[in-house]
Amino acid sequence: MARLTPARPAPWRWAVLTGAGLYFLVPLAASVVFTVDVPGQGVTFDAYTRILGTEGFVSSLLLSLELAAATIAVVLLLMVPATVALRLGAPRLRPVVEVVCSLPLVVPPIAFVAGIGTVLKWGPEHLSRTPLFQTFVAIQNPDFPVVLVLAYVVMALPFVYRALDAGLRAIDVRTLVEAARSCGASRTQALVQAVLPNLRGALLNASFLTLALVLGEFTVAQLLGFQPFAVWIVNVSGSQAQLSVAVSVLSLLVTWALLLALAGVGGRSRTASRG
Amino acid sequence: MKMTVTTLEKAVSEKAATVEFRGLRREFGPTVALDGLDLTVRPGELLALLGPSGCGKTTALRVLAGFEHPDSGEVLLDGEDVTRVPAHRRDAGMVFQSYSLFPHLSAVDNVAFGLRMRKVRTTERRARAAELLDLVGLGDKGGSFPHQLSGGQQQRVALARALALRPRVLLLDEPLSALDAKVRLTLREEIRRLQQELGITTLFVTHDQEEALSMADRVAVMHAGKLEQCAAPAELYGRPATAFVAEFVGTMSRVRGQLTAEGGDTVEVLGQRLPVDGEAPAVTEVDVLVRPEAVRVRADEGGAGRVAATAFLGAATRVTVRLGDGTEVKADLPTHEAAALGPGAAVTVSLPERPVLVAERKN
Ligand SMILES: Nc1ncnc2c1ncn2[C@@H]1O[C@H](COP(=O)(O)OP(=O)(O)O)[C@@H](O)[C@H]1O
Ligand SMILES: [Mg+2]
Repeated sequence: MARLTPARPAPWRWAVLTGAGLYFLVPLAASVVFTVDVPGQGVTFDAYTRILGTEGFVSSLLLSLELAAATIAVVLLLMVPATVALRLGAPRLRPVVEVVCSLPLVVPPIAFVAGIGTVLKWGPEHLSRTPLFQTFVAIQNPDFPVVLVLAYVVMALPFVYRALDAGLRAIDVRTLVEAARSCGASRTQALVQAVLPNLRGALLNASFLTLALVLGEFTVAQLLGFQPFAVWIVNVSGSQAQLSVAVSVLSLLVTWALLLALAGVGGRSRTASRG
Repeated sequence: MKMTVTTLEKAVSEKAATVEFRGLRREFGPTVALDGLDLTVRPGELLALLGPSGCGKTTALRVLAGFEHPDSGEVLLDGEDVTRVPAHRRDAGMVFQSYSLFPHLSAVDNVAFGLRMRKVRTTERRARAAELLDLVGLGDKGGSFPHQLSGGQQQRVALARALALRPRVLLLDEPLSALDAKVRLTLREEIRRLQQELGITTLFVTHDQEEALSMADRVAVMHAGKLEQCAAPAELYGRPATAFVAEFVGTMSRVRGQLTAEGGDTVEVLGQRLPVDGEAPAVTEVDVLVRPEAVRVRADEGGAGRVAATAFLGAATRVTVRLGDGTEVKADLPTHEAAALGPGAAVTVSLPERPVLVAERKN
């Protein structure tokens, strides 16, 4: 493939590349200029230093990161064995699972959150005499709202399913598992030692997408009354325009940094497994 | 040959296992993959499981490996019923048809995988893995990853991996079918040599009759989920038990004949009267099955046969003759004799005075 590519890309490639670059970079550059170029004061990074001092920045960012980590863990623990089992045991169920996993894309978040809200209100009223009542209280703990993790797991399903399915499609799962089994590996060992290492790319993709989703999610968190990073940004922006744009730029950088870190971890574990 | 026998005997006395399939049945929805398969593999022998595609060979092997569970019947390993033993405790090494090496591990780590599962110490298992790679002639490729190896090399590593845990049986599911002809030939010999040195009971699945006949101690021919015949290659070729075996193994032509009235133990064919080999069918209109090397072709102006085609095979030439009734017979002639027989030449065809196989007439 690489050999077929001409040494100098055709002109239209440059045109497409430049067009796409402008489309993404111009608004970004404008945002950055807007935040650092204060009329009458020249270039100043004041807006960015003020972010750190603003109340709720650290706590909301941390909350978002914790939620992202928990969501990634839950969704992968749920979906990896499920998709592998689907490939091995019931390939004919695949279309069904695919449709089910795509439903969250069709159901708008606003409808989704309305449903969750109803359940959260209905539950305590009807279950007030049962131990489940405590559960309902616990999952809405504002320090770590488990209910958000549950919601995000559902919302991440379409992306995670697709990423894992693409990864599984690229390897011969059945043969790998059977080869491992005939080498004396139990089912779990076969999954962990023979399949997962070859799904690294897919796992990384699934994690990327989930991370990006959780960091940027606003509707569900806002309507359920929690304050992770995205909600905090919107709350802050009401008061100071410049600060809010600065925060948006910062959140973009934070997301990029996290994605790069995730990629770095993935890359390092590859070298480690070879050693 | 002598040495082979002594090595085998040595291995037999040590550990080689017996494998027994008893009445195995397995259905996948409407398809019957195994339809009451009975088969015994003797200790230390290489038994080839031969049959057309879809006849249930792979399924039989997977039942033995523990990846497939029979609807009924049982699998015995050294007389012990292992039908319910999970795959990873079966003590069976397997080489797959498709490339099955773990892509994320180097050759040496692939071979050492089983030992890692058994919690063998790192230095020890690496040493043993290197030894096994030497055994399959890849001592210098230990650090290579599967994608850096050729198909033949990958199958060698897979073989070493299957042998790493010193399994009681070795299962090979068409391990050579994805390789090109030349590699296939050398690897075939190498697998056989290794199997004899180790004296390990081996089940070798293939749909290539030449492969089966040239490698195996015995060949089991399967057809539609059942065993047709299990015999040494020479016997299978010379005395096929059924018409299916006769036509599947080697080349066989059908010539029309009539069973003679008295008890049906002679057959009238090509103007000759020949004894029938084995059981004759209960009809009079039959086909006589003949091997090309047993058919004699003579140039004859008044002959009813016409040469339809010739194919040069080297020392011999295969001549296809169309008989008066429209059926075609293949005959192998020494090339210098066949030179005189161009397409369209008139010939007579005859058979040697030996018992012949007959089968119910097709179409
Ligand atoms: N997992 C399966 N699901 C459905 N049908 C199967 C499965 N495995 C095998 N079969 C069917 O069983 C028959 C025998 O298959 P197999 O044992 O693979 O044949 P062979 O290896 O001799 O070519 C085939 O008709 C095949 O389609
Ligand atoms: Mg097969």
